Amino acid sequence: MRRIISLLMENEAGALARVVGLFAQRNYNIETLTVAPTEDETLSRLTLTTSASDTQVEQITKQLNKLIEVITLVDLTDGEHIERELMLIKLQANGAQRAEMKRTTDIFRAQIIDVTQTTYLVQLTGSSEKLDAFLRAIPRDSVIEMARSGVSGLARNGTK
Amino acid sequence: MVEQLSGGEILIRALQDEGVEYVFGYPGGAVLHIYDALFKQNRIQHVLVRHEQAATHMADGYARSTGQPGVVLVTSGPGATNAITGIATACMDSIPMVVISGQVMSHLIGTDSFQETDMVGISRPIVKHSFLIKSATDIAITVKKAFYIARTGRPGPVVIDIPKDITSPTDLYPYQYPDQIVMRSYTPASTGPPEQIRLAVNLLMGSERPVIYTGGGVIQGNGSAQLIQMTRLLGFPITSTLMGLGAYPGTDEQFLGMLGMHGTFEANNAMHHCDLVLAIGARFDDRVTNTVSKFCPYAKIIHIDIDPAAISKNVVVDIPIIGAVDLVLTEMIRLLEPEVTRRSDEQKQLLVEWWEQINGWRNQDCLRVIRQEDSKIIKPQEAVQAVYKISGGTAYVTSDVGQHQMFAALYHPFDEPRKWINSGGLGTMGFGLPAAMGVQMAHPDARVICITGEGSIQMNIQELSTCSQYGLGIKIINLNNQALGMVKQWQDMQYEGRYSHSYMDSLPDFVGLAESYGHAGFKITSLDELEPVLEEALSMDNRLVFVDILVDPMEHVYPMLVAPNGSMRDMWLRKGVRT
Ligand SMILES: Cc1ncc(C[n+]2csc(CCOP(=O)(O)OP(=O)(O)O)c2C)c(N)n1
Ligand SMILES: [Mg+2]
Repeated sequence: MRRIISLLMENEAGALARVVGLFAQRNYNIETLTVAPTEDETLSRLTLTTSASDTQVEQITKQLNKLIEVITLVDLTDGEHIERELMLIKLQANGAQRAEMKRTTDIFRAQIIDVTQTTYLVQLTGSSEKLDAFLRAIPRDSVIEMARSGVSGLARNGTK
Repeated sequence: MVEQLSGGEILIRALQDEGVEYVFGYPGGAVLHIYDALFKQNRIQHVLVRHEQAATHMADGYARSTGQPGVVLVTSGPGATNAITGIATACMDSIPMVVISGQVMSHLIGTDSFQETDMVGISRPIVKHSFLIKSATDIAITVKKAFYIARTGRPGPVVIDIPKDITSPTDLYPYQYPDQIVMRSYTPASTGPPEQIRLAVNLLMGSERPVIYTGGGVIQGNGSAQLIQMTRLLGFPITSTLMGLGAYPGTDEQFLGMLGMHGTFEANNAMHHCDLVLAIGARFDDRVTNTVSKFCPYAKIIHIDIDPAAISKNVVVDIPIIGAVDLVLTEMIRLLEPEVTRRSDEQKQLLVEWWEQINGWRNQDCLRVIRQEDSKIIKPQEAVQAVYKISGGTAYVTSDVGQHQMFAALYHPFDEPRKWINSGGLGTMGFGLPAAMGVQMAHPDARVICITGEGSIQMNIQELSTCSQYGLGIKIINLNNQALGMVKQWQDMQYEGRYSHSYMDSLPDFVGLAESYGHAGFKITSLDELEPVLEEALSMDNRLVFVDILVDPMEHVYPMLVAPNGSMRDMWLRKGVRT
C-alpha cells in the first residue's frame, strides 16, 4: 500500500544521505521524496512516499526512527491528512492543439506560467492522483518535459 | 581560566576526560597532529597494531570483555578502509566502539586528493552513527556525543572523521569537556511499559511448556544477574544464542545449551514444541529460526529488547517489551515472585512433565564424541574439552569463524557473561587473535585463550608481532584440520564432496612462526600428547603460546539444522543421520 511518511530531522549535512541510504540498504523503495528546512531552521521536514506491505512499513518506520538525526516521524496515511504535489510541465501547444491545451489546463485549475509561440509551461498543484489524471488527459506526445516535486503533506489536526 | 588547546590536543583531552584507557591504532599523514598530541601525554596508552582491521577487533574485544567502548584511531584512505571490516563486525553484534579516522584537509575534500576516501559514506550502513567534524570547536561535544551514542540504547560503533587541518597545532581554541549531553533526537528506552510486563507475567504463569531464549542483548545490557534470578525462580528451561552464551551459567541444569543452526538437540526441540517463548535480547536471526514460517509453531512469543526495530522484524511477536533488560527483568521478578509461590499443583505437574520431555531429548546426548577405539587422531571436540578441563573453564575465550568456533561454543560451557567472545553476526575470520589481544589489555592478569583454525588465524597472523611488543601472554589453540573446515563440511553435505578451494595447502610451520616472533610454540599430533602438552602450554603465564593441534580433518559439526525448508526440530545428528 502507498504510504506517506513525514519526518522531522536535524538540518545537518549527512542526515538526508542516511535516510536515503537506509532505503537502499534494506531494500525498501522510495517513490517520491521532498526535503526542506522548516520554520525552525535547525530542522528539516522530509516527506517520502513508498509502497510496502504493513509489516514492511512497520520496519521502515522503526528503522527510520532509529536514525540518530530523526526526531519525529508520522505515517500520514494513518490518519486524516492533506497532501500536495507540484508539477511543472512544458507542453507542445500548436494550432488547434493550443486551444485544447488551454481548456484542459482550465479544467484542472492549472496555471499557464510561461508561453512561447509553440509551447505552454503549465503549473499544477494537487494530490498525486490529480497530477496523474492531468497527464492522462493530455496527449502523450505533447509533453516536451516535466518536473514533479514529490509529495508534501501535513496531518489535519491542530497539533504538531 | 579556560585552557587553550589545538584541535589534536582537544581530541586527546576529550578522550582522557571520557575515561579512555587504550587507543588501538596506526598512524598516517592525516592523523599526524593527533599522534603528536598523543605523544605529549601519558594518560592514554596507544597500542600500535600491524593492520587497522586488527585495531578494530582489539577495541571490540576490549569492549566485549569490559562493557566500555573500545577506541580506534586510523588515518584517512587505506587506514580508514582497513577498519571497515571491524566496524561492521562490531555493528552486527551491537558492540560499543568509537572509531576516529583522519581525513584529508577540509579544502581538499571532494577533490580525489591523496589518501582521500569518503569515510562517513563508506561506513554509513555499518555504524550506529557517524560525524564529520567541521570545526575544532566541535571536537569536544562530538566526542561526548559519540561515546554517549556508542554505549547507550542498543550499543554500536560510531565513526568520527576529522580533517587534518582541524587538528592543526597552530590554531588554539578554548577547551571544556561537557558534563552532560542531551540530544532531542536520541532518547534510548529505559524501563519497559508496566502493562506489557504484567501481560508477560500472566502468560508466563499460564504456560505449560515454556522456554527462555536469550541473546547477546542480555550481556550487552548487563542483565545476567536478573536473568539468573528469574530463571531459577521460574524453574523454566533456558537456551541461548551463540552471542548470549555465559549470560546464564552453561553448566546449570536448567540450561539446554545453544540453540539454532548448530544448537543442541534438546534446545532446538524444546523451541519447536514449546507453547511460550520468552525471548530476551535476542533477534530471531536466520541462524536461529531455520525456516521462519515453521518457527515455534505452537508458541506465543514475548520479546524483551532495547531496540524497537528488533521487535517483529523476522518473527511477529505477541507481547513486545521495549526497555533495558536489567530494568525489565527486575520488574518482572517483582511481579513473578508472589505468583510463583501461588502456583497450583497442576501447574507444577505440567512443568515436571515438560522437563521429562526435555530430559528425553537430552538423553540423546547429541554432543557425544564418536571416535574409533584404536585411533590416536584428535577430534576437535576433544581438544576443546581438554582446554576446558585444564583451564578450569574460567578463562576468557575468543574464537574465529568456522567449525572450531562451533566446537568451542558447544564443548566449552561458559558460566559467566563476557567470557565468550566471538563474531556471531558478521562471522569475521581473523577476529579471534586481535580480539583476544584487546581482552588481554583490558584484563592483564586474566587467562585469555583464542580458539582458532589454521584458516582464520592467518587472516590476522601479523598481530603476533604486536603481541611481542606489548607482552600479551595469549594462549592460541589452533584446531588445525588443514582445511577451511566449515566450507568443506558444506561441500560434503551439499556438493557431493567437491572441495572447491577449501584446502589449506602450504601451511606454515606455526611453531616456527610463533617462535620467530619471540613466542613459544607446541605442536600436538596425537591424543596421548593432548592433555600433557596443553597443561604445559597453559601454565606458561605471561608468554604467548601457540598450540598447533592437528585434528581430524573429516570431522563435521553436529547437530545441524536441516535446510532449506526445515523447522527447528529437523536436524542432522551425525554424518548421514537425521531426525
Ligand atoms: C573473512 C571471511 N572470509 C570468508 C568466510 C567464510 N568462511 C566461514 S568458515 C570458513 C572456514 C574457516 O576455516 P578455519 O579458520 O580453518 O576454521 P575451520 O572451519 O577449519 O575450523 C570460511 C572460509 C568468513 N567467515 N570470513
Ligand atoms: Mg581449518
